[in-house]
Amino acid sequence: MFKPKLMVRAVALTFLLPLAAQANDSEEMEKLRAELQEMKQSYEGRIKSLETRLQQTETVAGDAAKTAESAAVQASARPTASNAFNPDISLILSGTYANRSQDSDYHITGFQAGGEIGPGSRSFSLGESELGVYANVDHYFYGGLNLALAPDNSVGVEEAFIQTTALPYGLTLKAGRFFSGIGYLNEQHAHTWDFVDNPLAYQAFLGNQYGDDGLQLKWLAPTDIFLEVGAEVGRGRIADTEGRDKNGSSATSLFAHVGGDVGVSNSWRAGLSYLQVSPENRESNDLDASNTFVTNSFTGKSKVWIADAVWKWAPNGNGTNTSVKVQGEYLHRSEDGTLNTDDYSASQSGWYVQGVYKFLQEWRTALRYDHLDAGTVNYGLNTAGLADTNYNPQRISWMLDYNPSEFSRVRLQLSRDESRQGVTDNQVFIQYQMSLGAHGAHKY
Amino acid sequence: MKKCIQIISLFLLIMAAQAANAAINVFACEPEWGALAKDLGGDKVNVFTATNALQDVHHIEAKPSLVSQLRKADLLACTGSELEIGWLPVLMRQANNAKLQAGKPGNFEAAHYVKMLEIPSRLDRADGDVHPGGNPHIQTDPRNIAKVGEALAQRLAEIDAANATFYQDRHKDFAQRWQLAMKRWETQAAPLKGVAIVVQHKGFPYLEDWLGLNEIATLEPKPGVEPTSSHLSEVLTQLQSQPAKMVIRAAYNSDRPSQWLSEKAKIPAVALPFTVGGSERAKDLFSLFDDTVQRLLDGAK
Repeated sequence: MFKPKLMVRAVALTFLLPLAAQANDSEEMEKLRAELQEMKQSYEGRIKSLETRLQQTETVAGDAAKTAESAAVQASARPTASNAFNPDISLILSGTYANRSQDSDYHITGFQAGGEIGPGSRSFSLGESELGVYANVDHYFYGGLNLALAPDNSVGVEEAFIQTTALPYGLTLKAGRFFSGIGYLNEQHAHTWDFVDNPLAYQAFLGNQYGDDGLQLKWLAPTDIFLEVGAEVGRGRIADTEGRDKNGSSATSLFAHVGGDVGVSNSWRAGLSYLQVSPENRESNDLDASNTFVTNSFTGKSKVWIADAVWKWAPNGNGTNTSVKVQGEYLHRSEDGTLNTDDYSASQSGWYVQGVYKFLQEWRTALRYDHLDAGTVNYGLNTAGLADTNYNPQRISWMLDYNPSEFSRVRLQLSRDESRQGVTDNQVFIQYQMSLGAHGAHKY
Repeated sequence: MKKCIQIISLFLLIMAAQAANAAINVFACEPEWGALAKDLGGDKVNVFTATNALQDVHHIEAKPSLVSQLRKADLLACTGSELEIGWLPVLMRQANNAKLQAGKPGNFEAAHYVKMLEIPSRLDRADGDVHPGGNPHIQTDPRNIAKVGEALAQRLAEIDAANATFYQDRHKDFAQRWQLAMKRWETQAAPLKGVAIVVQHKGFPYLEDWLGLNEIATLEPKPGVEPTSSHLSEVLTQLQSQPAKMVIRAAYNSDRPSQWLSEKAKIPAVALPFTVGGSERAKDLFSLFDDTVQRLLDGAK
């Protein structure tokens, strides 16, 4: 662009100019002036065009940098991999060591419980490991599977459900096998419990935890206060029974939960639930009048009411170092049907209350008290073998756990279990629970 | 029957009241995005901020009140980069608000609009609480606020098309004021360039990148892991050969580890607001950075 010859001439001219002026040759001067003027104009034009071009180049370069940056942002925000569509997989590894002063012939005196209940076997055991696979199915559905791997090498399908994510009016429909929304603890997986075991009332009335094959419809109210109402129908797989092979459903439940905040440090939730289920051949361990170990079988109608409440506190809502959680539930069950071969009816209740205190970032301690009320039981003609003892079982438990991160936990639990009349079982549990894979998010 | 009608009419009334209130409901996961939404949306938005500056956003209780707020939200404004992974997914599944699902205009993740720092080259939980998408504490660099502000204004205009020009005008005004303020902060903070600091949690890479601060140690042995006494003494030893001007923590962090180091190493412990509401003075985004720069300058004296 720049012509060196022209440049030289211009520079030379600039220096020569004073000399030329001295020469005072007006004609020559005029000529020179004209030439200079011409050159000046030509250079000004060139410089101007150069400036414009420079500006254009700068703009383009800036745009390129911007594009590059936004590309980098895109790339960093969305890592791509061939397995990017794989669902979230989480594995919970759990193991327990148990030391108990009594044998494992567990039953709850006076309560026809059913299901896999009790403190489990002594010494080392695998505990319950869980494998969970969850993901959005598409823009309408979310689905998941949770397998429970039991110490006896059996695999159980704890949950396998799909649920809607895009229904209007705050509605959610869930289908498949899932933990019922009744009560507070019922929906929570074992690895989120604050103790090694579930409350006695859950063991006595819900076979530890009630999960069923069925449908659930929930409605979340459009209010500032949390209000959720739900209804479920199912086949009635309560307490390890198969559920009924018949048209329609054998279990119905209704529940409502309300919740909210009090200031920035407190939050709460309370609920009321009702479950009606018709178990068939629900087997429960018991001791008969002659102190012989027997297995009873119940077929009939079972109605359970649950009232639950939980309150949580953390200074400014920051639970990193300090928090308190207090929860309690009351369960009432009335049953009518046949036990073994004769008529049976019962109206019984139970409750528990527990508090968890987190006193350091990695440490928590908790205390729980369980109580069951024998209520009224009519054994009918079974009275010959089964006596109404009017015994009220109870249990007190204390635990301390250490959580090096949100993915690992080691726990010590001491319990004094008086589920059996005249027998006190002093229990020591040491448990670990580790979570691998996808980052879990815990329910309230 | 009469009661039934009463209840139904009550619900209809509630719904009608909701419909009458036409402003856009914004659910902001963190105070900085709540403040930004207010700056950009003015009286056209109702902003609910789910957390406060004294809470650790990695660990938030999935409270029932948050479910109710999510249900009625039109726009979810969060940091993303898995900062909220421990609580937001479970809330979203309970609220089941179709407008807020990933990929919908109602789901806004600030981390998508800025250049992420500290993207881990390997993912292993043994390295502590690492975020695959990069360090999520992007709000400590005002240049990021500017970028997110532009994107959020666009998003508001997309969701509430009737008021699109309103949001664009407000953003133009905000962006101008923000550029001026940034120039001021950068001039004020010039002496901080190259200053050596110790941080409690790895929460400040963006601030360091902006002001040219030099982070030489962290009090947490690994991100999210509580400082141990052995690690603290290692840091103290390191400071003897490589001195730092101050030790920095966020308002929500426990003050014990940085106080300990402050006393032993005779350097000031500086609590930064970290987000809006993190100090008396940090009432909005502007005063957040006024206060942050001031506290750093005081610490470096």
